[in-house]
Amino acid sequence: MTRHTLSVLVEDKPGVLTRVASLFARRAFNINSLAVGPSEVPGMSRMTVVVDADGELIEQVTKQLNKLVNVIKIVELTSESSVQRDHILVKVRADAATRLQVTQAADLFRASVVDVSTESVVIEATGHPEKLTALLSVLEPFGVREIVQSGTLAVGRGSRSMSDRALRTA
Amino acid sequence: MSKGSPISPSLMATKSPGAHKAPERVERPADAGVDSAAVSPVLGPNNVVPPTVMTGSQAIVRSLEELGVQDIFGLPGGAILPTYDPLMASKMNHVLVRHEQGAGHAAQGYAMVTGRVGVCIATSGPGATNLVTAIMDAHMDSVPIVAITGQVSSGVIGTDAFQEADIVGITMPITKHSFLVTDPNDIPHVMAEAFHLASTGRPGPVLVDIAKDAQQGQMTFSWPPKIDLPGYRPVVRGHSKQVREAARLITAASKPVLYVGGGVVKAHASAELRELAELTGAPVVTTLMARGVFPDSHPQHVGMPGMHGTVSAVTALQQSDLLITLGARFDDRVTGILKSFAPNAKVIHADIDPAEISKNRTADVPIVGSVKEIIPELTEALRLQFEAFGTPDLTTWWAFLNNLKETYPLGWTEPEDGLSAPQRVIERIGALTGPEGIYVAGVGQHQMWASQFIKYERPHAWLNSGGAGTMGYAVPAAMGAKVGEPDRVVWAIDGDGCFQMTNQELATCAINKIPIKVAIINNSSLGMVRQWQTLFYEGRYSNTDLNTGHDTVRIPDFVKLADAYGCAAFRCERDEDIDATIQKALEINDRPVVIDFVVSPNSMVWPMVPAGVSNDQIQVARNMTPEWEEED
Repeated sequence: MTRHTLSVLVEDKPGVLTRVASLFARRAFNINSLAVGPSEVPGMSRMTVVVDADGELIEQVTKQLNKLVNVIKIVELTSESSVQRDHILVKVRADAATRLQVTQAADLFRASVVDVSTESVVIEATGHPEKLTALLSVLEPFGVREIVQSGTLAVGRGSRSMSDRALRTA
Repeated sequence: MSKGSPISPSLMATKSPGAHKAPERVERPADAGVDSAAVSPVLGPNNVVPPTVMTGSQAIVRSLEELGVQDIFGLPGGAILPTYDPLMASKMNHVLVRHEQGAGHAAQGYAMVTGRVGVCIATSGPGATNLVTAIMDAHMDSVPIVAITGQVSSGVIGTDAFQEADIVGITMPITKHSFLVTDPNDIPHVMAEAFHLASTGRPGPVLVDIAKDAQQGQMTFSWPPKIDLPGYRPVVRGHSKQVREAARLITAASKPVLYVGGGVVKAHASAELRELAELTGAPVVTTLMARGVFPDSHPQHVGMPGMHGTVSAVTALQQSDLLITLGARFDDRVTGILKSFAPNAKVIHADIDPAEISKNRTADVPIVGSVKEIIPELTEALRLQFEAFGTPDLTTWWAFLNNLKETYPLGWTEPEDGLSAPQRVIERIGALTGPEGIYVAGVGQHQMWASQFIKYERPHAWLNSGGAGTMGYAVPAAMGAKVGEPDRVVWAIDGDGCFQMTNQELATCAINKIPIKVAIINNSSLGMVRQWQTLFYEGRYSNTDLNTGHDTVRIPDFVKLADAYGCAAFRCERDEDIDATIQKALEINDRPVVIDFVVSPNSMVWPMVPAGVSNDQIQVARNMTPEWEEED
């Protein structure tokens, strides 16, 4: 099992998320993370899907995803050829005694404090999933109250755009 | 097994820039030869209709008319009622079925024999869910149908309204695509898109679910609509480099086999196939879905492969060094245990669906595209190869296969209980009706015997539920086939179990003058299940006795039942009456005919590859495997 990041350009139509997600479910793949949002093309959304699967299976699923009428294009992004980022909000216990230590830890990870109360702080961080895991382990001893995390976002390096060729023949 | 190479987009032919403006070379049924239809993705004659105000339901009916639809199978109900009103005034022929499943299978049968899109209509909720089995069946066997369902008004969708079912959600995994329409202005383009999707690329079922308020609301209709499917671009032309590579492999092979599937039937490529087959001189096997696409009488035909295939066809695949796979999908009923299937063969795999290639068996030469285009290109490439390097010598291969054909022909043993052999009944139906007839089977033993003992000489003559294995397919599918091809004799060859699942469509046939002929192969049991109980469960016949046959209470009495439905009805219990009864049935053409053929429950389907073993373990009779000493 290896981790795969698929970037999927889809039409922004009702049910498209269900169609994509259920295809993974049908093949018994666990979606590790999923992020969806508007893309640079009006009416098109871009999904980033992270799954753990064998190479051959992921190829089969990719071909089946391609059959979905609302799916325009699929690209697998490797960690070398793409920039991958997660976004996280963490609520950490922090009182007058520990607040400085917590904020210093956040600084080390170039995270920022976005909310402060007498008992806690909320830290916002962006980065590669591994960096965020490291941040969490540093914050852990202070007492993590809540974690909210986005799916991985990924974009290919260089000047090319995924939608360049995909829509030309549409 | 060869390692092969995975198919990648780089191996698919790409359209030249601007190809979207050029005529799409998509597969079209032979009768859609209207010029404008060839350049437009909108089916039908593409009449220009200036903007006209009408209701959504009028737009549905008008769209169907403009798309060239002639026949529809359906059953009305609350949520589709608005559409049934303008339908009454339409020239289109609507066949009122007795159960929505019948409408679905009838649409399939219609599509299978005509090559046109089959259409079925049902209301919301249970009407729509009754279509589910037929939709799934069409999905498994790649049958182009469009199912139109009424939906509750958009304002109450999601509130558990009366007769509300999320049919788009329910059918998502078993449709090629589906639409939920809540704005009447979307109707023309959605209908055109649905027909385009169903009929092009790999055909399949498309569902159009239309809310009641969208049917009732006003809209502006114009035709032809613009089809907007940026994510749908089926590859039709094979990559020429791959085709040349395939030709190179065929030239080098000493034991090639043409492994031909239902895709060749769907692509209307039987003539092209024959040319290729005769050029290569290679043996041809036709799968259950492809029976008839290559004539059974042709000397290169070695039979049907698979669980109940002929010894010659199964062994040809097992011993082959090159599978030339055309529109087939390495189904488990064909391959048996996959890792032991055709262990020494390289694989050429041509299919219009890239997701089929290397799904079960890795292809050495994948070719994505329509076999209608690929086969002639391959024939051409081969001609050049053969001119340069000579035609391969297949004498040894043919000597081996011909010996198998002669030693292990299809046949049956006479039952010891004195009852007729079901195989004989089916063989006689085929012999007396001939290759111009259409034969529609249910699922089970009679289906296998009908595929084995009727000689098929042309495509679109053999219909059955292959992938799904839907009991109850035969009667309604035969009804649809007869509507599509009214001048042909249409036989439903059904089992006593299957028949009881959908026989209410006899009423539809009788009232609408659709004179199908139904042969019930009545062995008084769920025969295929019983066969497995005989072979694998020590003859413990758990819940397989149906009490319809010889020496039973005969509930129901099929002759009385058919009579009640206004059909001609006969019972045939002796070998000597078989021919005369079939002749009588062939002479009746003003109403449906039902024959209760009382046959032995002990007959079994042979040959058989037991489930879960290698195809090398094929048995020609119980515990009898062929002798293999002559294989190399």
